[in-house]
Amino acid sequence: MTAINEFIDNEVKSNDVVLFMKGTPQFPQCGFSGQVVQILDYLGVPYKGINVLADDDLRQGIKDYSSWPTIPQLYVKGEFVGGCDIIREMFQASELQQHLQEKGVPVKAA
Amino acid sequence: MNRQQRIHAALTSSFAPVRLFVIDESHHHAGHQPDMTGEGETHFRVRIESDAFAGKSRIERHRAVNAVLAGEFDKGLHALAVEAAGTGEATRW
Repeated sequence: MTAINEFIDNEVKSNDVVLFMKGTPQFPQCGFSGQVVQILDYLGVPYKGINVLADDDLRQGIKDYSSWPTIPQLYVKGEFVGGCDIIREMFQASELQQHLQEKGVPVKAA
Repeated sequence: MNRQQRIHAALTSSFAPVRLFVIDESHHHAGHQPDMTGEGETHFRVRIESDAFAGKSRIERHRAVNAVLAGEFDKGLHALAVEAAGTGEATRW
């Protein structure tokens, strides 16, 4: 495992909810990342945002980690859940709320 | 062929879709990074309805589309929104 892979693996396994994004939850630098931030904030879900723009190795590494070519990427309890479209569709269908609750993550607006 | 045409051709041959829309949304993202003028065919949305997606999860559908378009990602495709449906599934489009 490369160093960056190890870093990512550790982050997704030691935090319940992790969002790899462009920018930060306070200042998203991409509309797709911003949409996922809005959804998580709306649900009141505690999460860790990791800015992939801060590090080129990370930006590429996260694409390799889940064989997923785009950012954002949301992980819950170590498992890749989806990118912007999937998270939005799951949210609209109330499946995201259900998924989080099933994984033991508190959700405010279920 | 431009990228839009290549994406359309690749998805058509891989999935034999009932409906397929390949929408260039690059102009929405002009200025979003220094090299993005909005004219670069960088951001696309794909709406595709095909038997190939029946019974597949959202992640599996996206992975299937991404795999067919891997070459485009390697050549500068920056963002791809995917709305994939099995034949006859309800869509908003």
